Amino acid sequence: MMDRAGRLPLLGILLLITMLIAAGCGGNNKAGNGNAEPSNAPSAEPGNDAEAGSDTVLSQITERDKLIAGVKFDTKLFGLKDPGSGNVEGFDIDIAKAIAKKLLGDETKLELKEVTSKTRMPMLNNGEIDLIVATMTVTDERKKEVDFSEIYFNAGQSLLVKKGSAIRGLDDVTKDTKVVGVKGATSIKNIEDKVEGLRVQQFENYQEAFNALKAGQGDVLTTDNAILYGMTKQDSNYEVVGGTFTDEPYGIAIKKGQADLVTAVNEVIAELKSSGEYDRIYEKWIGEKPETKQ
Amino acid sequence: MDFTSAYSRDNLSFLLEGFGLTLWLALLAIIFSFVLGCVLGIIRYAKVPVLSPIVGLFVELVRNLPLLLLIFFARFGLPELGVSLPPFWAAITALTLFEAAMIAEIVRSGLNSVDKGWVEAARSSGLSYGQTLQQIILPIGLRRMVPPIVSQFISLLKDTSLTVVITLGEMMHHANIVMGQNSRIVFPILLLVAFMYFIVNYVLSLFARRLEARQT
Amino acid sequence: MISPDILTDNWDLYLEGIRNTLSASLLALAGSFILGVIVAIMRITSFRLLNILGAVYVEFFRNIPLLLVVYIFFLGLPALGLTLNGFISGTLGLMVYTSAYIAEAVRAGIQSVPIGQTEAARSSGLTYTQTMRHVVLPQAVKIVIPPITNQFLNLVKNSSILSVVSGFDLMYFGDIVNSYTYDTVSSYAFVAVFYLILTIPLSIASNALERRLLRSG
Repeated sequence: MMDRAGRLPLLGILLLITMLIAAGCGGNNKAGNGNAEPSNAPSAEPGNDAEAGSDTVLSQITERDKLIAGVKFDTKLFGLKDPGSGNVEGFDIDIAKAIAKKLLGDETKLELKEVTSKTRMPMLNNGEIDLIVATMTVTDERKKEVDFSEIYFNAGQSLLVKKGSAIRGLDDVTKDTKVVGVKGATSIKNIEDKVEGLRVQQFENYQEAFNALKAGQGDVLTTDNAILYGMTKQDSNYEVVGGTFTDEPYGIAIKKGQADLVTAVNEVIAELKSSGEYDRIYEKWIGEKPETKQ
Repeated sequence: MDFTSAYSRDNLSFLLEGFGLTLWLALLAIIFSFVLGCVLGIIRYAKVPVLSPIVGLFVELVRNLPLLLLIFFARFGLPELGVSLPPFWAAITALTLFEAAMIAEIVRSGLNSVDKGWVEAARSSGLSYGQTLQQIILPIGLRRMVPPIVSQFISLLKDTSLTVVITLGEMMHHANIVMGQNSRIVFPILLLVAFMYFIVNYVLSLFARRLEARQT
Repeated sequence: MISPDILTDNWDLYLEGIRNTLSASLLALAGSFILGVIVAIMRITSFRLLNILGAVYVEFFRNIPLLLVVYIFFLGLPALGLTLNGFISGTLGLMVYTSAYIAEAVRAGIQSVPIGQTEAARSSGLTYTQTMRHVVLPQAVKIVIPPITNQFLNLVKNSSILSVVSGFDLMYFGDIVNSYTYDTVSSYAFVAVFYLILTIPLSIASNALERRLLRSG
C-alpha cells in the first residue's frame, strides 16, 4: 500500500544513521590522536549554571507555600505507599515533614513525589522537586551533580537472602551467584568491584528487584541494609546476612548553587538531633536507638 | 496459591486505582494521537512539497523505534534538552507520538486505497484538489480506516503498561507493589490483571469487528 | 549534544546488547511462526474443540499487554515451580504474544482463498492434504507474507521488553550506560541508531512486499 514516495523517508533515515555513525567514528579518531580528556565533563556543566537566577529554590518554596520532596514510594521503613490507605510513610517522610515544618511552619505543607534511584537526580536538576530525601548515599561522583546536606542516616551495603540460603556473607558471593539490584544505585558498582566477573541483574526499582528475588530469579539482593531490613519486615522468609561491607551515609540532595536551602536543611537536622526528635523517629522506624557515634 | 488474600479489599481497590490511571492515560493518548495521526497522515498523502517529506521522515523514524525507548527518552532525555515534563505528561508525549505515527500510516494507506478513478472523475467534473479530498477521498477512506484504527487503540491501551519503567502508578506498577506482599499471591494477581486488561480490550475488539462487518 | 565517547567507551556493552536482541528476536521469530501456524490450523479444522481452543488462545494473548505475558513467565511460572531467567522469559513471552498475531494473519490468508477452488480441487479427485498443498497454501502464502513481515518488525521493536526483566538486551544496556554516565541523550541516541539499523531493512522489505502484492492482485 506504499507508493514510491514512501521509500524516500526510509532512505532519509538511513542517511541520518550513516551520518551519526560517521560522527561517532570521527569523534573516536579525535579521541585517538588527541589527549584523553574526559568528555563527560562539559555535558554535565550547562545544567548547573543555567539556573543561576535571582529566583532561588528556597524563595520558590515560600512563594508556593509548599515543599515538594522527592521520596521513595516502594521502600519499606523509608518511604512506602500503603496500598490500603494510599499514604506514604517512613523515616524519610518524617524528615521531609520536619523540613516543611521548619520552612513553612506546617508539616502538612508538603507534597511527596515518587522518585527512584534512577529518576531522582534528573527530577531535582530540572526543578520537578525541591530536594531529595530518598535513601540517597553521598558520593564524590554525585557531589559533582548536586549538593548534599549533613548526613542524616548511616547505612551500609549488605545482602538479603532467603532463610536457609548457603550464602552467609560477601565471601560466599562468586561471579556465578545470581545477584539482583536496582539500576542507578551505587550498590551495583560496589559489589561488581568487590567480586570480579560478577554481573548484577538490574531492575527499575526495589519492588521489581524484590519480586524477582522472590520468584527465584536471584540468590541475593544487594543494597543498603536499611532498605533490606524493610524487605524482611515485608516478608519474613528473607534475612539480611553478613553485616555491612560499605558505608552508605545518606544525605538530602539539593540542586547546586542553593546555599541558603542547604543551610536551612542542615539546621533542621541539627535541631532534630539536639531535641531528641531524631532518636524518636529512628526508633519508630528502625526499631532500635541509633548508635551514638556522631 | 492464595486467592483469598490476593483478592482482599485493600488489594482490589489499590489495583483498581492503578487501572483508573491506565484508562486515563490511554484515553488522553487516544484523543491526542488520533488528531495528530490524522493530520500527519493527510499531509503525507497530499504530497505537499517540503512538509510531506519531513512528516514522512518523522513517521518512519518513530514507527521504527521501540516505544520503550521513546518513553525512557521522554522521561530522562528531554530534560537534558531543556524540556522537562512531569512523568505523567512525559508518558502521554511518548505514547502520543508513537501511536500517532502508527495511525498516520493507517490514514495514508486508507486514503491511498481510494480508487484513483473516483479522484480523476471528481477533478474532471470541476472540483478543486481540496474539495476532492474533503468530499470524495476522506469520506470513503475514513470508513476503511476505522477498524485498523480501533485495533491501534487496543494496542495503545496495552502499551500504557510499558510506563511501568517510569513508575507512574498505573496498573502494572500497582500490581508489582501488591505482588511484593507475598509469593503465594503472585499468580492470582497476574491472572486478575490479565482479566482486567482483557475485558476492556475484548469489548473494544468486538466493537471493531462490528464496524468491519457493517462495511462489507 | 551527542557525545561519541559514550559509544566508544561502552562499545562492548552495546555490542552484547545487540547480540542478545538479535538472538531473542530470531528465536522468538522462529518459535512464533511455528506456533502461529499450528494455532491457525487449529482454528480452521473441522474439530469444534480445537476451534474454540485456538480462538481462546488468540483472543487472550492479543488482548493483554506483552509485559504481562512476560511477567507470567518471569514471575508467575516460578510460583508453579519453574524458574526461567530474564532472557528466556522475555523471549518466550515475545514468542507466545507474537504467535497470536501470526495465527490470525495465517488464518485470514488461508480463508481468503475462495471455497469454490477447494471444492473444485476436491471433486477433481485431490485429497484434503493435496488440496491444501497444491491449491490453498501457495495462494495463501502470498497474502500472508506482508502482514507477517510486519509482525517481525514489531517483534524486533517489542524485544526491548527484555530490558524490564533484566534480559541483557540492547535497551537494557543502553539504560545501564545511561545510569553509569548520566549522559541520557547520548546513551539513548545510540540505542535508537542500533534499533533503526535492525528495523529499517525490515520496514523496507515489508513495504516492498505489500506493493508487489497490490500490483499482482
